Amino acid sequence: AVLLALLALRAGGTELTFELPDSAKQCFHQELERGLKFTLDYQVITGGHYDVDCYVEDPNGRTIYKETKKQYDSFPHHTEVKGVYTFCFSNEFSTFSHKTVYFDFQVGDEPPILPDMSNRVTALTQMESACVTIHEALNTVIDSQTHYRLREAQDRSRAEDLNGRVSYWSVGETLILFVVSIGQVMLLKSFFTEKRPGSSRAGT
Amino acid sequence: LALYFQSGEREEKCIIEDVPSDTLVIGNYKVQRWDIHKQEFLESAPGLGMFVTVTTPDGEVLLSKLYGPQGTFSFTSYLSGEHAICFQSNSTRLVAFAGSKLRIHLDIRVGEHFLDESVVQAKDKVNEVNIRLEHLIEQIHHISKEQNYEREREEKFRKTSEETNSNILWWAVVQTGILISIGIWQIKSLRDFFISKKLV
Repeated sequence: AVLLALLALRAGGTELTFELPDSAKQCFHQELERGLKFTLDYQVITGGHYDVDCYVEDPNGRTIYKETKKQYDSFPHHTEVKGVYTFCFSNEFSTFSHKTVYFDFQVGDEPPILPDMSNRVTALTQMESACVTIHEALNTVIDSQTHYRLREAQDRSRAEDLNGRVSYWSVGETLILFVVSIGQVMLLKSFFTEKRPGSSRAGT
Repeated sequence: LALYFQSGEREEKCIIEDVPSDTLVIGNYKVQRWDIHKQEFLESAPGLGMFVTVTTPDGEVLLSKLYGPQGTFSFTSYLSGEHAICFQSNSTRLVAFAGSKLRIHLDIRVGEHFLDESVVQAKDKVNEVNIRLEHLIEQIHHISKEQNYEREREEKFRKTSEETNSNILWWAVVQTGILISIGIWQIKSLRDFFISKKLV
């Protein structure tokens, strides 16, 4: 447990990517203290119209956030009650497209990188302040990378869908073209073809 | 372990991690089973274990092991791409057991190595800075790897878009050609038909 707490160079939190099948709902729960700040970021990466329903409930069952068919959103909140908070993603409105959803649940404020930075009497040494700067810069890099990674994944997914659809449409339309045009000629020919033998010669 | 989610007893739940090659992924989990009699989740259910299966983007199985109710697993990716980390309990009870469910606590870290704080604090100041700097350098290498991987993905994305663009153009030309030639064939065929039927 100590190891895990120290691993969190960022504030405590979890980010996960999972697949949400059609007409399914997936819930996640976390036990939180009172007076904590948490942020839930989520984004739909692949599937259908790239949207999902999401709602967050506090330990008393009250819905503190509810959105339908959102592509991405960020929800910050200060906890007022201690207990288990629940957030759920629902794909129940979709009958055939399963979605890949990414979410990032960050809890609490960033712990200071130097153990006793807040109750320091002397100023920070150059080394220490350089470390603090690097730490903050790296956090910005993480946020930036995550943002671009998700955007790229989503756009690539759309491009691949588009490519597939163009191929199917082209093949389909060519087939329809052939069928319709040959069919038209056959049909017209059949109008002028008499079924009774011999009468087709009587043209005059 | 903070975040948890519910799962059926025999259900398999999967998490997707899109990672570059040569990346260490460490996962921590804890699983609890719902006890019908006590109407609560047991802290530790005897005999309850978890199958952890990690699949590479090619579908190859990288890791497939049975762990206890609580455990840590790790793997190093040798391919870039979406790896699937799947959890399934080793419960052999029949699914017909109503109301049985599992609670899975999960924490997954990508690209970080454990920083042993006790080692850091034991040494003197210079070595502490050394160790932290090494950890920082490792993290920067990971950032560099992620960025290279991102560049690869963007290139694939750009190729797909350009392919789509040229597909559309090519098909438009081909279809116009087909349209014109079929139109000519239709007229010719009908003209020959009417001539043969002595209507023209």
